[in-house]
Amino acid sequence: MDELLKKQLQITACKVRIGIIEGVYSAKCGHPGGSLSIADTLTYLYFAKMHVYPDDPKLPDRDRFVLSKGHTAPALYSVLAHRGFFPVEELKTLRHIDSRLQGHPDMKHIPGVDMSTGSLGQGISAACGMALSAKLTGDTYKVYAILGDGEIEEGEVWEAAMFAAHNKLDNLLAVVDNNNLQIDGKISDVCSPYPIDEKFKAFGWHVITMDAHDFDSIEKAFNEAETVVNQPCVIIQKSVKGKGVSYMENQVSWHGAAPNTEQYEQAMSELKAQLAELEKA
Amino acid sequence: MADLVKKATRESYGEALAELGDKYENLYVLDADLAGATKTGIFKKKFPDRHIDCGIAEANMMGVAAGLAATGKIPFASSFAMFAAGRAFEIVRNSIGYPHLNVKIGATHAGISVGEDGASHQCNEDIALMRTIPGMTVINPSDDVEAKAAVEAAILHDGPVYIRFGRLAVPVIHDKETYKFEIGKGEVLADGSDVTIIATGLMVYEAVKAAEQLKNDGISARVINIHTIKPLDKELVVKAAKETGLIVTAEEHSVIGGLGSAVCDAVCGEAPVKVVKIGVQDVFGHSGPAADLLKEFGLCSENIVATVKKAVADK
Repeated sequence: MDELLKKQLQITACKVRIGIIEGVYSAKCGHPGGSLSIADTLTYLYFAKMHVYPDDPKLPDRDRFVLSKGHTAPALYSVLAHRGFFPVEELKTLRHIDSRLQGHPDMKHIPGVDMSTGSLGQGISAACGMALSAKLTGDTYKVYAILGDGEIEEGEVWEAAMFAAHNKLDNLLAVVDNNNLQIDGKISDVCSPYPIDEKFKAFGWHVITMDAHDFDSIEKAFNEAETVVNQPCVIIQKSVKGKGVSYMENQVSWHGAAPNTEQYEQAMSELKAQLAELEKA
Repeated sequence: MADLVKKATRESYGEALAELGDKYENLYVLDADLAGATKTGIFKKKFPDRHIDCGIAEANMMGVAAGLAATGKIPFASSFAMFAAGRAFEIVRNSIGYPHLNVKIGATHAGISVGEDGASHQCNEDIALMRTIPGMTVINPSDDVEAKAAVEAAILHDGPVYIRFGRLAVPVIHDKETYKFEIGKGEVLADGSDVTIIATGLMVYEAVKAAEQLKNDGISARVINIHTIKPLDKELVVKAAKETGLIVTAEEHSVIGGLGSAVCDAVCGEAPVKVVKIGVQDVFGHSGPAADLLKEFGLCSENIVATVKKAVADK
């Protein structure tokens, strides 16, 4: 990847992480762990990949994004705000009673949200519908979706996987955020969906793996995905739950908990130090 | 009324889709391996490129429909009521209802008149399920003419619509040349002052027959056809409650949560009158010929007559 672009993306991703922590801290609840693990991928999508229009969010030819793992809305909201869909300051209203920033993505009220999600397994079906829709009428937009690795325990995901391959939805790109943790523990201990790659291959998908926190790896994976024809593509991203905040990393306890004031200050101090380091270099 | 032509509303559904496909180019039809039974196969034959068979995967089908609607198309997602409203309930609720997407659900084989397939396929709960979803329009047509009109009305309506169709051939009681269908508007089929029979679906014909019998027996029964259970024609129902003082509801659905419940909800605040509910009385059905089952479960004009007579006597 171009070094300048990489630097810009790293800086933006760090700001996105700050927005996640601001939101969750302000809400006193929410899901920071899985939000932080997709922050880099979302930043890449919205700042380097997708055709989106913050000033006219519903333009029909835009690329679509579906956050199938809807509980990580803090990451989506933060990236949308930094991309200009709504003010960054608004992130501090996350989950408040008078805010449009609902606990899970709400397409009716939040600019830039293409599908309401939150109930796991459902977003990928809607993404299939959007991709099929483009095929039916010859539209050229692409559809991106991010699923959790715990989420793929839902049966509907595999109904959708079968459907996407059967309909040759090569305009659909799914990402499985493989941070290996779900609420009750490691996904391998709870009800293992492994081997994830073999399952998707068996369902007729082109499978790519990437490091979710390395923009070179991310770019390479998405570029490869674009070359795939006549079948849907899934990127299994190896990620770190809680990435960027030392005490949250790889800790399942940060799946759905907000930091207290002391923890918030530590997280902000760490992220701001990372940002300063990036901006200095 | 003995010579009326009979037709199953599922046939009407398939025919209407095929007839309207030219007029509405944005219309797409989804099915879950039941295109022969739901009659969307009629549409498929004419518009193969606009018919999507999702396989035996109703949850995904509803999500796909949501995605099609989110990108500007008008999808009709079709399956048996048991699977469309039952199995896929939460997808309908969260992926279609919550974002208020323009998905139409064509649910066939509703009610006990499914017949021989038995209780597993006799969905008597779908109206109850669907009417709890905010913004969902719920329509239960009584015959061929109404069913076809409902399909076009659903296309023209912006928002999610659930339409319930039957497997059993039922008498065609409306004249397609003159019948005006409007979502949310009930239809008075007979005037009367002693009691109002409010019916929906295949029970509408039974209610009309019952009212004729009751007239011979000296009871003046008003008959209202409620094809749209949500939004309910509250004004018409409350007026009937005030003017006749007694309501008997009739539906091929559980008495819990269906038309009878919707009528009770409507009258309790403004015109509290006695409401007697004819329907499936909180039990599962079983296998058997549809006509015999309808009799056994009291979904027939004879039971309406008997129920009305008792209620009027107790008035």
